[in-house]
Amino acid sequence: MQRIKNYVTLEFLSCSSNESFARTAAASFAAQLDPTLDELGDIKTSVSEAVTNAIVHAYPDRLGKISVKLKLLENSVLEITVRDWGNGIEDIQQARQPLFTTGGEERSGMGFTIMESFMDKMNVRSTPGRGTTVTLRKRISARIKR
Amino acid sequence: MEIMTICQDRVLELRLQGELDHHGARGLLARMEREIEAALPVELVLDFGGVTFMDSAGIAVALRGWQRMRELGGRIELHHVAAQPRKVLETAGIGRMMTIQ
Repeated sequence: MQRIKNYVTLEFLSCSSNESFARTAAASFAAQLDPTLDELGDIKTSVSEAVTNAIVHAYPDRLGKISVKLKLLENSVLEITVRDWGNGIEDIQQARQPLFTTGGEERSGMGFTIMESFMDKMNVRSTPGRGTTVTLRKRISARIKR
Repeated sequence: MEIMTICQDRVLELRLQGELDHHGARGLLARMEREIEAALPVELVLDFGGVTFMDSAGIAVALRGWQRMRELGGRIELHHVAAQPRKVLETAGIGRMMTIQ
């Protein structure tokens, strides 16, 4: 178990207007690691995908709670945990396939693929009817201080 | 998300402004469909110059535009795509389907 050097926990309602808030908050927390613009983009996009998944799939016909935990671990590793208490995923392997979506015409089915591409590690745990937890990790590269 | 429409010489240009996420894209797909239906263009240009952030919601928009233009026998191009949206599009292989400037 890695030592937690810093953490922030956010809890909010599954309103789509919170997608922007969540990714901005994650970027703000990550700032203490002095990330590059590219790394910030990766973090914001990944949080956006995970939070949007919870809004669209966990609570499709109601509003529910989403929590985003941001942790700073040893060796400049940022860990992001997005959790919901909604519908859950029946088949995680299927859900992780690129372009697979149960979300209709407006969804591209690329959320998990993007998270996996942009972050170093992704873990998905889910129980239908109980909820889903997505854990992402990214090591922020050390920059040469001038 | 704000959308400005410019139609000239059968080229339909949609200039997008703001954040292209699930929240911002609400209504964008329907609006794009309506504009294409009204203009029946030979070319669709999606201008991303004003897009400050994009996630996979933008992939769905690009794919739908590509689909509709293919049905019309026309072409689609994406213009002024900044680094962050570009990375998202390239992850989905969109760069192999259409020109991204």
